[in-house]
Amino acid sequence: MTDLLIRGGRVIDPSRGTDGVADLYLKDGKIEAVGRNIPAQPGAEVLDATGKVVAPGLIDLHVHFREPGFEHAETIATGALSAVAGGFTAVCAMPNTDPVTDSQATVGFVVRQSIRAGLARVYPIGAVSMGQRGEQLTEFGEMVQAGAVAVSDDGKPVKSSHLMRTALEYAKTFGIPVADHCEDMSLAEGGAMHEGLVSARLGLKGIPSAAEEIMVARDIILAELTGGHVHLCHMSTRGSVELIRWAKSKGLRVTAEATPHHFTLTHERCEGYDTNAKMNPPLREAADRDAIRQGLKDGTIDCIASDHAPHHYDTKEREFDDAPNGIVGLETALGLALRELVEPGILSLPELLARMSTVPARIFGLAGGTLAVGAPADVVVFDPARRWVVRREELHSRSANTPFLNETLVGQADLTLVGGRVAFDRPGRQNP
Amino acid sequence: MTAAALGKDLVGLEFLTADQIRLILDSAEPFKEVSERAIKKVPALRGKTIVNLFFEASTRTRISFEFAEKRLSADTVNVATSISSVSKGETLVDTARNLEAMRIDMVVIRHPSSGAAQFLGDRIRSNVINAGDGKHEHPTQGLLDLLTLRDRFGKIEGLKVAICGDVLHSRVARSNIWGLLKLGAEVALTGPATLIPRELAELGVRIIPRIDDAMAWADALNVLRLQLERMQGGFIPSLREYNRVFGVTRERLERAGKELVILHPGPMNRGVEIDSDVADGHCSVILPQVTNGVAIRMAVLYLLAGGAPEWQAS
Repeated sequence: MTDLLIRGGRVIDPSRGTDGVADLYLKDGKIEAVGRNIPAQPGAEVLDATGKVVAPGLIDLHVHFREPGFEHAETIATGALSAVAGGFTAVCAMPNTDPVTDSQATVGFVVRQSIRAGLARVYPIGAVSMGQRGEQLTEFGEMVQAGAVAVSDDGKPVKSSHLMRTALEYAKTFGIPVADHCEDMSLAEGGAMHEGLVSARLGLKGIPSAAEEIMVARDIILAELTGGHVHLCHMSTRGSVELIRWAKSKGLRVTAEATPHHFTLTHERCEGYDTNAKMNPPLREAADRDAIRQGLKDGTIDCIASDHAPHHYDTKEREFDDAPNGIVGLETALGLALRELVEPGILSLPELLARMSTVPARIFGLAGGTLAVGAPADVVVFDPARRWVVRREELHSRSANTPFLNETLVGQADLTLVGGRVAFDRPGRQNP
Repeated sequence: MTAAALGKDLVGLEFLTADQIRLILDSAEPFKEVSERAIKKVPALRGKTIVNLFFEASTRTRISFEFAEKRLSADTVNVATSISSVSKGETLVDTARNLEAMRIDMVVIRHPSSGAAQFLGDRIRSNVINAGDGKHEHPTQGLLDLLTLRDRFGKIEGLKVAICGDVLHSRVARSNIWGLLKLGAEVALTGPATLIPRELAELGVRIIPRIDDAMAWADALNVLRLQLERMQGGFIPSLREYNRVFGVTRERLERAGKELVILHPGPMNRGVEIDSDVADGHCSVILPQVTNGVAIRMAVLYLLAGGAPEWQAS
């Protein structure tokens, strides 16, 4: 592995609270030095990053890579490529594969495929219950030993409060969070979008905000009961933000994420029955979107996660009721965050990078999220000002189900380094 | 107004202007007369091929469209299936492509999924007419209701129309709301709160919780069919109570003390949402609605096919 000297970029490291023009020297897969005028060692490659941002690689706590079972939509390798193209050096893969990631063997499979791909670090999230059936706990201990970093039943939310309680208690032994997709299925069953004026007009069954908020409240109360760490996935409503604020004011171990589409879009996007606007939780109202933005600003929402959910085009090309939920998001996350949060002044660039790197690393206890000397050289170099258009044929994911096709985003990763190795180098990036 | 006055498809009344709606109603007038002739046929759509694609059971609407097409001399094919395209194995997009490959001119589609008509319309060049998509719209029903009200009252503007019952699951309700509001009527929704989406108030309709109050307010009632499976869905406790609390009964009509015009899109559940003596009484325009349905569908088919608005049936 060649040493690399990245010169003259704006080096932002939220983990140490630093932001300024500096050089970054990477050696043997680790951060060797950060500072001004670092001399190039013989044999080291030198990269001029003038005008670019140099930051800890982005970290996404919530992706779906479809392998094993649905490789026509995404594999761990194509997902990991999509990740590094989006500036992510580490992602956490949800267990809703076939078979479900609910044992040390299936966890180990994800780890092996990640190593084989050699791109982003893909960390497995194990299921909470066997087969995500909500009945019997999985073997958290063995899964953690095999590489799992959290447990979650993902889109099949833990319905039984007893099971959620035992999961939170049991997970404490291993120091992992329980990530929950908060949805009261008795309220949400059959719903295709947010319940509101648009669903009433379109004649689609709505999912009320209450379906999410009821489970957020339950999980917070169980976090208090157990002292366990609950991580609330893809928060979408203003009521959820309020509940989390309350939980944090009580000092409970509650963390939360929000997706770029929930801080960008609203339910009006479902007009015309565009199935690329169908996701779960659904796109909500402007007041919800604004509350999510505010939550990201004040830290109520700890981090941004993409909920990258690839679907083959055939399955999205159908009636709205029958289309699956979700969109791909790894390659649009940074560009949306810069456009929607940094450009309007809601977050500073260092604050954004904290929410996309340092904080998520801490929540799941992952390496990375820092440029501290001695840390793994997981680094992203991106142009924060480049305006680029999302083109189907330029995406690296195996699927292109996104409502942001043909939209102009701001900021794009040029170079992504994982453990000091170049995992992604954007063709044609300006590199004098 | 030009020949392509309605655009390519008729998906819903939400997407039409007041002028376009009036054009359809006006165009239906001469077609009413065609159905009264001994020889009920005009050559307006001779040589056009139309597919009636029904993914959901329908008697009245399907037959009404078929009569409209035949009386305009179109060649028609009926594809009726109670199973959805998905469970059948062929996707709606494949169905669309196959129809397109057969070089048809128009498709009339009834489908259990909201948005299916637009989905089809966006993917084929032929004209698409929505004959009811899920809980979204049923535009020709809305139009025939408007025509029936206009026949009865002379105009729509200023009329007070109460839509009664299961608005939540009703495509008829949505088409009525759009059509009535666009033509200047006042609209109220009445029925159990479990079946009235309160967000619709934002469109400018009023919500009147009790049917007696709605009857006191209204000039006409459009009584929706109560799908019997709503009881299993937990929206109402029993049909018996529904009739007692929300049903349109003779007793209530008498208490209202005025001549309310009663519409119902059919098929009726006699003794549930409407009592027989109301349905069969002199205030009911339920059968004129059915007669107008054929004329409205003739007008829509004719206009979408590019027929000139000033065409006269004589």
